[in-house]
Amino acid sequence: MSIRGVEINIHGLGYRYSTRGNPTFTNLQLQSRRGEALAIIGRSGCGKSTLLHIIAGLNRPTEGVIEFDGKKVDGPSSRWVMMFQAPHLYPWMKVSQNVGVGLKFAGWPEKEKAERVAEALRLVELQDYAEVSVQDLSGGQQQRVALARSLVMEPELLLLDEPFSALDAFTRSSLQRDVRSIAKKLGFNLIIVTHDIDEAILMADRAVIMAGAPGKIVTEFEVPLPDPRQRQDPAVQAMRSRLMDAFHSAAGKPTGADAHGEEDVDTDSESVTQHA
Amino acid sequence: MSNQATSGAVTAASGVTRGAGARYAMAASRGTANFVLGLLILAVLWGIGGYMIATNPKTANFAGFGLLPTLQAFPELWDMGKLQKATYASGYRLGSGMLIAILVGVPLGIIMGRVQWFRKLSNSPFQLLRMISPLSWMPIAVLVFSSWDGSIVFLVAFASVWPVMYQTAAGLSKVDPAWFKVARNLGATQAQMLTQIILPAISFDIFTGIRLALGVAWVVLVPAELLGVTSGLGYAIKDARETLSYDHLTAMVLTIGIIGYALDTLCALLIKKFSWHRGDM
Ligand SMILES: Nc1ncnc2c1ncn2[C@@H]1O[C@H](COP(=O)(O)OP(=O)(O)O)[C@@H](O)[C@H]1O
Ligand SMILES: [Mg+2]
Repeated sequence: MSIRGVEINIHGLGYRYSTRGNPTFTNLQLQSRRGEALAIIGRSGCGKSTLLHIIAGLNRPTEGVIEFDGKKVDGPSSRWVMMFQAPHLYPWMKVSQNVGVGLKFAGWPEKEKAERVAEALRLVELQDYAEVSVQDLSGGQQQRVALARSLVMEPELLLLDEPFSALDAFTRSSLQRDVRSIAKKLGFNLIIVTHDIDEAILMADRAVIMAGAPGKIVTEFEVPLPDPRQRQDPAVQAMRSRLMDAFHSAAGKPTGADAHGEEDVDTDSESVTQHA
Repeated sequence: MSNQATSGAVTAASGVTRGAGARYAMAASRGTANFVLGLLILAVLWGIGGYMIATNPKTANFAGFGLLPTLQAFPELWDMGKLQKATYASGYRLGSGMLIAILVGVPLGIIMGRVQWFRKLSNSPFQLLRMISPLSWMPIAVLVFSSWDGSIVFLVAFASVWPVMYQTAAGLSKVDPAWFKVARNLGATQAQMLTQIILPAISFDIFTGIRLALGVAWVVLVPAELLGVTSGLGYAIKDARETLSYDHLTAMVLTIGIIGYALDTLCALLIKKFSWHRGDM
């Protein structure tokens, strides 16, 4: 695979869902280096999913521009693929058909398609499940199929919208590790939206904190940790505390729907296991 | 005592290991047994009724309605070619009408499911038209279409289009909207979205609609053939009555039942084949 990743430049981005309502964000700036894994952290409702949809070309910005390698993005493309919180697989297709669906759309010949699908399934360690119905897979396996379905397109950029939050702790850890290592091995960019600070530290080279109404990037952190990253590693722990402090001072008080005092960001690593 | 308990446990265990295959075969044979037994009961009741009609001097003229005369009429009708001709004529009208209903109903159903303003706007006229008994269109249809055949095909299509359309729309409304987002993201064109995502996703609902439509169409077809036309199962019944051949009449009625049942079973099998839903049927 020959993936180069992209250099992402976002200038003065603005978006509003309705002409009368408040803007979701105005004048947002964000850069990402070629091949970088970037995490966007923020409280729920601050506009992370909206931003990701716009970067993926699924929504059009009301103002501002997004450039990949200096070229303006307008519309979806299989070169930047998004993965969602749920796998959203097609239940009438087998695993291999789900993985190959993007190549089928692109009119790939059967043989080349089968080779690429097999390769993608090996990457996510599901090579033995090619002929299985996706309805027979566990949640974690389904999310791996969704990952393979994205990887098979050899995207320059993979956008992840809280992709593992519905999974149990063990499955989540292994997917966090695997997605990062595959991205690093193949060289594509990652943008991970998460409200889990540990996820950001385990997966990203850099994390930005987004705060709401209207959403903006308030601060950013390099995460210069060696791979493979372990949750218990003192360096990871130290990074966590730094990010946590920054988050609490930067992301502000919970707003709107979250005002009943519930923490929507995982602020201690124990809570991660409690999700299971 | 303990010996007995052990052997009992062994038998139970071997029963379990025989597994799903045997259980499935058993359920299937029980299904066949019920099918045959149910029809036998119907045949016996019919036989008794026929016997009573034949032995009562007041009704002896109608002995042809009985089970045995009816069964004997089948080879007669076959040899005369009446059975084949009537079935073909009715089948042709049913097939053409259903085909039109599918070609109109599926696209309209998809538009209804996808386009909100169309759904809202079309609701009242469609509900109104749907509630008009198809047969009441007959006089108008005969004026509009020059042939009786055309009118009957129109009636069949008109009766069957609603279930096809509404089931298609209902199927689409249950579809996960993220399936469209994912497909768009992976580069699907509008045509691919339709053929690769929408149609497979709702094929179950489309076939369910076709099955419902078939029931309605079949019920509309026969009375429509009592008027005007000189072919088809409905006409064959009328013809048999006018020539006082009651055994032919009941044979044709029975044929209508058998064909309808067979078509419905075929639809049920298609639904099962195209269903990706787990735990259906
Ligand atoms: N389809 C939509 N129509 C109108 N408002 C929306 C829509 N989706 C999200 N919003 C609003 O935009 C804001 C940002 O939402 P979102 O991007 O989903 O935030 P996050 O992903 O950070 O939780 C929220 O206030 C939300 O209510
Ligand atoms: Mg979100």
